Amino acid sequence: MAPGRAARRGQPEMSLLQANGLYAGYGGVDILRGTNLRVEADEIVVIVGPNGAGKSTAMKAVFGLVPIREGEVIYRGDVITNQPPEKMVTRGIAYVPQESNVFPSLSVLENLELGAYALKGDNHERLEKVFAIFPRLKERRHQQAGVMSGGERQMVAMGRALMVDPQLLMLDEPTAGLSPRLIDETIERIAEVNKLGIGVLMVEQNARQALAVAHRGYVLATGENRHEDTGPALLANPEVAEMFLGG
Amino acid sequence: MVEVIQLLINGILLGSILALGAVGATMIFGVLRFAHFAHGDFMAIGAYFALTVVTVFNMPVLAALPVAMLLTAGLAVGIDQVVYKRIRRVQPVILLISSFATALILRSLIQMIWGSSNQVYETGIQLPWRIGPFVLKPDHLLIFCAAAVLVIGVHLFLTRTRMGKAMRAMSDNMNLALITGIPADRVIMWTWAIGGALAAAAGVFLGMDTRLHPVMGWTLLLPIFAATILGGIGRPYGAIFGGLVIGCAMELSTLVIPGAYKPAVAFAIMVATLILRPQGIIKGAT
Repeated sequence: MAPGRAARRGQPEMSLLQANGLYAGYGGVDILRGTNLRVEADEIVVIVGPNGAGKSTAMKAVFGLVPIREGEVIYRGDVITNQPPEKMVTRGIAYVPQESNVFPSLSVLENLELGAYALKGDNHERLEKVFAIFPRLKERRHQQAGVMSGGERQMVAMGRALMVDPQLLMLDEPTAGLSPRLIDETIERIAEVNKLGIGVLMVEQNARQALAVAHRGYVLATGENRHEDTGPALLANPEVAEMFLGG
Repeated sequence: MVEVIQLLINGILLGSILALGAVGATMIFGVLRFAHFAHGDFMAIGAYFALTVVTVFNMPVLAALPVAMLLTAGLAVGIDQVVYKRIRRVQPVILLISSFATALILRSLIQMIWGSSNQVYETGIQLPWRIGPFVLKPDHLLIFCAAAVLVIGVHLFLTRTRMGKAMRAMSDNMNLALITGIPADRVIMWTWAIGGALAAAAGVFLGMDTRLHPVMGWTLLLPIFAATILGGIGRPYGAIFGGLVIGCAMELSTLVIPGAYKPAVAFAIMVATLILRPQGIIKGAT
């Protein structure tokens, strides 16, 4: 891990993730229209924007779940456009969808173990790593995931994704449906995960809290980039504030 | 009272056979989201595979059982690769209809290869044991024990192995399994293999209990689906429970209605379940 990061520092022009001019959508209708995204190693990047802006579609397209018609996705210098999800996982990209992101009838432990299904080797160390971030999951590891609270389920979902030792963690609205207290806690955890050297790309409806911890943010509208800036700068931008942050 | 207990014994026997068929059918539904109508004919062909092993190699039925299970598992995987795999991405109803066609083909093949008359594994009369007022055939105990071993085996597979957990995960949340990097094609192959093997076992046990006939599996398809629906479709443990309940209900019904209406009892339970509790009896359990 450490030498890899040093090597990346030596080549500042190589981003962790770069999506250039993506055109993608469902059934021949483009939802993304030339979207660009970039995530540097160790960065938290937040995508905000109105409903239907293509935020989730952008995430899915990057992860190979929505076919990209034009444009390319580059991960640490390799073109990974339209590769299947299992390839993404083995490369070190993990994705947490917004809804139904746990296996409800499986235990917490089983959910986590399956997170590392595509990887070889022992799970023990990976499990300890996840339990260190989410001690609550260790306590409740034999609990069925489906009967847990929304906040706990979100922990299971993120824990499952972290089991692949990702370099890049992609989160689609990780705070959706959570109480204000849990929203703060979840954002804090994400910042904590990021401090371990994991790049984070997330879509977030609670833009204010998310942008506060973000290194950079994108404002997407109708599948196009509208603004790109540091988190605080986007928060301070009156146009952005008026359009997407509710004044 | 004696009669009720005797019928319960018979019911548990029939129930274990139904359970083995239902577990496979429910797992296939869980992973592939379609009702596999050829499942009864998997049972029949498994029974006939065992018949060939028994007659050609002069082996006892129980020794032929693993061979029949292996052959049927291979056949199930093969049929999936040749028939179902190609149409997996279209609507589930197309899969359902093609499984109906597969059922007809399998049944005709059985008639062509083994003939359409009744056959048995062993001729001669097996002396039943008399325990007090109850009658139990040695075969019945054998069937029950073997079925229990297989069910425990399935349980260990589903809870202790990576592939078993992946199978439950796919049945739980297909989309997330894909995102997690679980190899869907491998899981699907294993599902067919296990479903086929269990169906073969059910078929062999049915053959031991009664006789072999090309439609022996087809006639059990309705009770098998009744069992899967009663237990909550897609849930292997529910299917075991459902199988036992349907088996006992079918046998006990002969107390009040003629035996010929046994399948109607299974059908009635299925309809009642669909109306009153469509999610199955033990939704929420593993």
